[in-house]
Amino acid sequence: MGGTSVIETSRLTKRYGRLPVVEALDVRIREGEVYGFLGPNGAGKSTTLLMLLGLTRPSSGTASVCGLDPTRDARRIKERVGYLPENVGFYDELTARESLEYMAELNGIGRGESRARIREALETVGLDEDEVRGKTVGAFSRGMKQRLGIAEVLVKEPRVLFLDEPTLGLDPDGARRIVELVGRLNRERGITVLLSSHQLEQVQRVSTRVAMMVRGRLVAEGAIDDLAGDRFGVGGGSATLEEVYMKHFQESGS
Amino acid sequence: MKGLLAVFRKELADHFSSYRFVILFALIAMVSLITAYMAGVTLRENLAGIAKPRFVFLMLFNTAGALFSLVQFVAFFGPLVGLVLGFDAVNRERTQGTLIKLLTQPVFRDAVINGKFLAGVATIAVMLTGIVLVVSGIGLATLGIVPGLEELLRLTFYLIISIFYIAFWLGAAMLFSILFRSIPTSALASVAFWIFLSFFVSMGAEALADAVAPVNRSQGVAREALLRNARIRDRVRLGSPMVLYSQASATLIDPLRNTTRAVVLMGPRERISARRFQGPLPLGQSLLVIGPHLAALVAMTLVCFGVSYTVFMVQEIRA
Repeated sequence: MGGTSVIETSRLTKRYGRLPVVEALDVRIREGEVYGFLGPNGAGKSTTLLMLLGLTRPSSGTASVCGLDPTRDARRIKERVGYLPENVGFYDELTARESLEYMAELNGIGRGESRARIREALETVGLDEDEVRGKTVGAFSRGMKQRLGIAEVLVKEPRVLFLDEPTLGLDPDGARRIVELVGRLNRERGITVLLSSHQLEQVQRVSTRVAMMVRGRLVAEGAIDDLAGDRFGVGGGSATLEEVYMKHFQESGS
Repeated sequence: MKGLLAVFRKELADHFSSYRFVILFALIAMVSLITAYMAGVTLRENLAGIAKPRFVFLMLFNTAGALFSLVQFVAFFGPLVGLVLGFDAVNRERTQGTLIKLLTQPVFRDAVINGKFLAGVATIAVMLTGIVLVVSGIGLATLGIVPGLEELLRLTFYLIISIFYIAFWLGAAMLFSILFRSIPTSALASVAFWIFLSFFVSMGAEALADAVAPVNRSQGVAREALLRNARIRDRVRLGSPMVLYSQASATLIDPLRNTTRAVVLMGPRERISARRFQGPLPLGQSLLVIGPHLAALVAMTLVCFGVSYTVFMVQEIRA
């Protein structure tokens, strides 16, 4: 694994009025790793992702994504980073191909090039072109929509993927396929993944390191085994992320 | 630019393929056709046996058929087109979760709002041009008169003014779609805004004029007092885009009108000026007469869109 960091934050803070949402966040994500981003609802995970994409201005602190400053180079960051938001929306009246063509057009990809990329993206996420041909996205199942969402992100051939609760609302089989896909994209294409999720077991399956946030603060960060052994003393080298997570909550009295 | 074109094309395709557009267009086309046909028939009957006036073709647009003329119809129903095209432009994207997807693509943020506005304006332009062409066709068939160059130019300017007028309402509706997350709320706010500017401003103008310069009609009316009252009322009424548009388009379509105001309300100076014009005004003169109206209408449209643009650009995206 390379040591170059793709994402770095230094005392990154976001407040809405006087309410702190993210407080003095320091993280460093290396190129080619799957980084799990954990925490309960309202912990500040999604706000952090929005700040890294330049969609929300930090109240203080700095961030760097692919060597670029999100407050100044948001557009160039968006060329390199694919983002799948929680509860991703779709244009229900379009077909899968039309949705992907629109995303390709927004990314300035020419027609010839986009055709090849769309075919590849559909194949990668396991959406059969014949099956989805002529079918509008409104008629897709939740799992198909989620895979289409990832395909839309892949069309731009990103260096980094931000996935915010990608398995939310999926059945176990659908969730498993998404997690496997994330692992495959990381292994085969070397895409760095920032995976924000509540599904601890899924995060453990693909992540190399994790960060835990509670009420906007980073409370733990590192490899899962290190966190289990060094910090909380659970599992004896085979701890589950859930044990580490729960141990932390017991310790912090949350 | 790439983002702007992509959003523009997508929005244009959405407008033209939506049931909303088809129903609206069918309704407007139907009313326009009936109005134009009835105006044509009325004109044919009234002009039978006498020398046809020079600008008879334009009369198709400002002669009331059964209820109203085409110009009056556009003044009244045109705003609805703009409102219908814009009231859910942004909050629909927000509600269905596609706005965040658009904003995380490598496009400038203003490409989204500009693309949506321009697509709306293009839709309005296509709709109005189509209607004017169809009405012209009916005019040719019923009157058997070919429009002259000046008539065509006047119609072109009329189209441009109409597009700006409806674009004002589109901009207003888009502003509400940015301000309100709920689609029904923005629809309601848009309609309330239309009712206020189109009807309440005129009523308010009357009340304000009577309060500032009262006219005691029971004790005989002093000319100066009446003029002052009318002047105040007219100036306040100009705050309504519908009044601005109605006066400007009526003056443009009818070359014999040499003022945007009603004759009985003309001041002495205007009355003297009016005597100079015995014949129809040339197009350039008509444009000069409506110049202030035109400038105000364009300014209102730009300000309305400018506010929408600014609010959209500074609005924070929250998780």
